[in-house]
Amino acid sequence: MRKLSRTILAALLAAPLMSGIASAYELVMPTLDYRTGPYAPNGIPFANGYGDYLNMLNERDGGINGARISLVPCETGYNTKKGVECYEKLKGEGQSGALVFQPLSTGITYQLIPKASVDEIPIFSMGYGRTSAANGKIFPWVFNFPATYWSQATVFVQYIAEKEGGMDNLKGKKIALVYHNSAYGKEPIRTLEKAAEKYGFEFMAMPVDHPGQEQKATWLQIRREKPDWVMMWGWGVMNQVAIKEAASIRYPMDRFIGVWWSGSENDVLPAGAAADGYLSGAFHQPGDNFGAHDDIKKYVYDKGMGLGDRDRIGEVLYNRGLVAAMWTSEAIRKAMEIHGTNEIRGVHVRDGFEALEVDEARLKELGLEGFTIPVSITCENHEGPGQVALQQWDAKAKKWSLVSGFYEPLRDITAPLIAEDSAQFAAENNVTERSCN
Amino acid sequence: MLFFIEVTLSGMMAGVMYSLVALGFVLIFKASGIFNFAQGVMALFAALTLVGLMEKFNFPIWLAIIGTIVVMIALAWLIERIMLRHLVNQEPIILFMATLGLAYVLEGMGDILWGSDVKVLDLGIPQGASDWMLDSFDIYIEKLEIFAAVTAAIMVAFLAVFFQKTRIGRALRAVADDHQAALSVGISLHTIWVIVWSVAGIVALVAGIMWGSKSGVQFSLSLIALKALPVLILGGFTSVPGAIIGGLIIGVGEKIAEVYLGPFVGGAIENWFAYMLALAFLLFRPQGLFGEKIIERV
Repeated sequence: MRKLSRTILAALLAAPLMSGIASAYELVMPTLDYRTGPYAPNGIPFANGYGDYLNMLNERDGGINGARISLVPCETGYNTKKGVECYEKLKGEGQSGALVFQPLSTGITYQLIPKASVDEIPIFSMGYGRTSAANGKIFPWVFNFPATYWSQATVFVQYIAEKEGGMDNLKGKKIALVYHNSAYGKEPIRTLEKAAEKYGFEFMAMPVDHPGQEQKATWLQIRREKPDWVMMWGWGVMNQVAIKEAASIRYPMDRFIGVWWSGSENDVLPAGAAADGYLSGAFHQPGDNFGAHDDIKKYVYDKGMGLGDRDRIGEVLYNRGLVAAMWTSEAIRKAMEIHGTNEIRGVHVRDGFEALEVDEARLKELGLEGFTIPVSITCENHEGPGQVALQQWDAKAKKWSLVSGFYEPLRDITAPLIAEDSAQFAAENNVTERSCN
Repeated sequence: MLFFIEVTLSGMMAGVMYSLVALGFVLIFKASGIFNFAQGVMALFAALTLVGLMEKFNFPIWLAIIGTIVVMIALAWLIERIMLRHLVNQEPIILFMATLGLAYVLEGMGDILWGSDVKVLDLGIPQGASDWMLDSFDIYIEKLEIFAAVTAAIMVAFLAVFFQKTRIGRALRAVADDHQAALSVGISLHTIWVIVWSVAGIVALVAGIMWGSKSGVQFSLSLIALKALPVLILGGFTSVPGAIIGGLIIGVGEKIAEVYLGPFVGGAIENWFAYMLALAFLLFRPQGLFGEKIIERV
């Protein structure tokens, strides 16, 4: 009896101690970074935001539900071939294997789509990649919420219509798209062509070759054609040069709208005051005045573990990485909840993504109240809300700020295109549509 | 017609920017027969050093420029000591491969020393469209490119005087003509190489300043070397005026092609059109417009 009492006492004393010890099972999260090469200025802040948030979870909470996160970086240089090599190298990493990949490149995403279904590892191509992957019945392993390029293109059309006094006033207007001549840059073309057919505006597509250091000919054509609005799907140095060229030909900045990958501090600062008023898409707030940022500073930077410069926390691309990490970690948390274990693998994380609910209340708990839109993902819909807002650059204050609410996309344009493109993918790759019932 | 003039002028101005990079290649090739693949990275490294000295050490512009020139001269000395000295009399392909390695080393060093972020380079060079041209003639020309054209003209004049009228210049020409003969009359090959790589470093700094002012100093700057290649093929690898004329032809050719042919073939043709143009010239003049004719006696 005495022996039993001792055992119970020992167990009671050890219990709190045990609960404080993190599980030995580590959650492997590869990060396909590009900290070198011509696109590094954009890759670095994203990677910093992504890594800092997950490191903060490790330091503050001991990881996710007590399981520590193991970040495994791999340098891609924004090169598709290297990205695929990184995937192959890291997919079986650690006990858990890679739980999810965030390729940060449309080209890499396209290559990983067929591999992900074989390896049963979800791809989270947040706001980039193959738009028709929004159809979860055909692309069960790819998630591209909170919005796709096609949704974003239709939001830009709506914003333009609003400024022109209504959708009817789009008729006869001229809208140009200056785009990176790659899979990424070409994504919105079909949507904009459909929108042009429907609303009667003239659409001009103007490619710029990699890397986009010299694009004088494009802007001379814009000067000649005098489009009423210019959209840009650019990345890296292409953005900075385009904004400078637009300013040089005196193109009004408040009629120049960049995709959300063409709207960071890096893109506008080299143009100085001339970039004032430039617009871009956005699905989260800029700035560092949120609780999550405070925690990153306290638990990561104060301990000397920050991945970047403290004064660059809150930049647009930093916050982009942060929001990607937040949604990913919430999907992992959900997967643990669904399967009742911390010892999850990629296949479980897919379930977590498909049941993901990050509403206003949850954002508040995470210290990100009002930071982004609520997201709800289902088996059928991997795009989620599809809502997009516009942000504008204030060159004097050197600050981005949201200047519109979140627009709903024009689903009557995007939905048939998604259905058509995903059906084509299914036919070409012998994919059978799964049931989501 | 006005638009055609505008395209032509813009092409000429863009061509001058390419020539600035091509000049560095010519100088080194002329004096040593080495095709320096690292010339684009040297422009990046010089611009990174300049901005770094201004940002991190608060150097005033003039001191930062002098400091960068000193760094580029030191770099030339190091390249000669560590790399070139050991490769004398090697095949040109070996020397080319060595410069390929040098490009990676310099890029990595630039990253470690100054970071990979986009850096704003503001030396007070006028930016934006020339208001006078735009308002008076409705022609768009960038002030930065006019500045670059004037700088290129001064640089070419300086290089011409340097090559033709100075002792070192004559020694450089002697080395370029015949290494063995130059050595036999007491010209030090090593000193000449340090000098020529130093001058190429300074030319790289000028190119880095112009391109960096245009887009911010960032790693994509090293890719401007790709713009200089068709210029070199066309102008000849050994001619300073060839680099300028070649740049003008490539600049005008690619802009006219992009604007007038591009819309019929889906656009984005200026990059490969420049190479097509250079290749077409190669069919008729393999040595380029101003290159030295290669005569091989068997």
